[in-house]
Amino acid sequence: MAILVDSETRVLVQGITGSEGTFHTRHMVAYGTRVVAGVTPGKGGQTLDGIPVYDSVRDALREHEIDASILFVPAPFAPDAMLEAADAGIPLLVCITEGIALHDMLKCYHLLRGYGGRLIGPNCPGLISPGKAKLGIMPGEVFRPGPVGIISRSGTLTYEIASHLSRAGIGQSTVVGIGGDPIIGSTFTELLPLFAEDPETELVVLVGEIGGAAEEAAADYVAEHMKKPVVAYIAGFSAPPGKRMGHAGAIISGSEGTAEAKARRLEARGIPVARTPAQVAELVKERLS
Amino acid sequence: MRLLEWQGREIFERAGIPVPPGALVKSPQEARRVAERLGGPVVLKAQVPVGGRGKAGGIKLAATPIQAEELAGTLLGARLKGVPVEALLAVRAAEIRSEHYLGITIDRDSRQPVFIYSPSGGVDIEEVARTRPEAVAKVPIPPLEGLYPFRLRRLFALAPAHLRKELFRLAGKLYGVFLEYECNLVEINPLAETEEGLLALDAKVIIDDDHRPGEQFSGLAEAAEDPLEAEAKEAGLSFVRLDGDVGIIGNGAGLVMATLDLVVQAGGQPANFLDIGGGARAERVQKAVELVARSGQAKVLLVNVFGGITRCDEVARGIVEATGVLGIPVVVRLTGTNEREGKEILARAGLVPVDTMEEGAAQAVALAKGGG
Repeated sequence: MAILVDSETRVLVQGITGSEGTFHTRHMVAYGTRVVAGVTPGKGGQTLDGIPVYDSVRDALREHEIDASILFVPAPFAPDAMLEAADAGIPLLVCITEGIALHDMLKCYHLLRGYGGRLIGPNCPGLISPGKAKLGIMPGEVFRPGPVGIISRSGTLTYEIASHLSRAGIGQSTVVGIGGDPIIGSTFTELLPLFAEDPETELVVLVGEIGGAAEEAAADYVAEHMKKPVVAYIAGFSAPPGKRMGHAGAIISGSEGTAEAKARRLEARGIPVARTPAQVAELVKERLS
Repeated sequence: MRLLEWQGREIFERAGIPVPPGALVKSPQEARRVAERLGGPVVLKAQVPVGGRGKAGGIKLAATPIQAEELAGTLLGARLKGVPVEALLAVRAAEIRSEHYLGITIDRDSRQPVFIYSPSGGVDIEEVARTRPEAVAKVPIPPLEGLYPFRLRRLFALAPAHLRKELFRLAGKLYGVFLEYECNLVEINPLAETEEGLLALDAKVIIDDDHRPGEQFSGLAEAAEDPLEAEAKEAGLSFVRLDGDVGIIGNGAGLVMATLDLVVQAGGQPANFLDIGGGARAERVQKAVELVARSGQAKVLLVNVFGGITRCDEVARGIVEATGVLGIPVVVRLTGTNEREGKEILARAGLVPVDTMEEGAAQAVALAKGGG
């Protein structure tokens, strides 16, 4: 099962002919992901290792059935590409692109909602259901199939934590990097219900960092709705204070945004917070039956 | 990009948001001349990119032009939270009847811009928000809808009736600035009620670093707290100077923060935060090592890289290239993409990497203490 993607998922790559798109398409295919087509406007008719490239998402859909699209489109064109895919009816978008303008993304996010699909990212490492499919840029060999779901705001830190789990013999059902931008398609609380319903997932790890209040919201959600155990890690306990300017962020979220404040809320809601990446694996081990 | 008050004030002025008369000054003599021209008492405000200026002594009231010159002399060249004060904003002191708060930021949860208004503005606004949440109004503005008056009526329900009309006009202009300059945050605190009407007595503007190209941004630059931080940004590196003696370099903000945390847990103090970002080539890594060396604080360097799109061989090459200028011991943890090649490069230079970041942190802290 896993969530969002499995070995059956048919994948489109938008921006497939760019250097990032080409490089990661090859790695995804090598991992076993079913990449069925690519899109780059103006490059229709080409192929990449036998994968047909189309001018538009609609053109691709005339020839293929597609369940998800991963985007390696440069930032100025990424909102357009996301909307094109959503308009064509693709239900899952994974946007790797970094550096999309905030005000572009604000508008894009709300337009995408009108189509009803799901967006992961932007500015994220993507997602992987180990042993089944990878829609992302993470090193596949770090991950093992198993019962632990991971939702993370960070990229490399996720690899670190997953590798500790894998070495402890604990595999993962699906690992989702949700991205670090202020506006992201899916937050902790929006993905937790999917893990709650996934029969393969027995436990969920939340990997957070300083800033915003998404971890606090997740803590409340878990306490009220989740029956499966949840373990957390927060990066940034030693981050210097006073880097912020203005009061609005704190007023809106009602939180300081510090690692301390996040850990306090999580622990108050019964979610253990590991103090080191290695400790995540220990906490998980204790809680898995 | 966090703008200084005077930059934000210029943007406000152009947008028609009323600000008190004043000017930017860079010498005590200039401060006196501006005070003479303005007439009456002036407020001198240090232009530095740090929060809590007033509480740190960066805002002074001068009753006369002579006093303005004296006070400017003590403020200019002094340091405020470690940052040298190079310019002051001198403005005519206003007689304040009441202080309000008006701001717009992004609510990450609902993914909407949110207007915030309180009739109890001033330095303690966060305290007000915590203890008297009913005194702070928050109204989200759906980005596809635009700014409709009913939302502002909702926002200003708390406002004194005689100010509402003026607040409405001002809010519309502030929203215009928020959109035109693609802001993360615009904030007026305090927004003061004076004899001449509402005046923006401060201007906080943070522009999205990923904003689209546009001529409204030309000439705007972020004031750096530290010249090395500015140089790092130029090179695609994210560098923040800290107080300790363990230099830290890693890939990805989360992993670097986790490394800092481990160093602190091991009893050490980080000298800096330095994120080389994703996919860094040898040159960028070399630059990163040089920055840590030049910051002059680190007694040891800890490099922690988990390769994904970043390749370990490139990282190793960068480290080896830079070790000549480093002059301090280096502890390396290197794993992930092209790990074997990277470790071979390190081995040829006589560097033996550690296996885990925990081990790396412990070793780096021990070296920093031993070397002290």
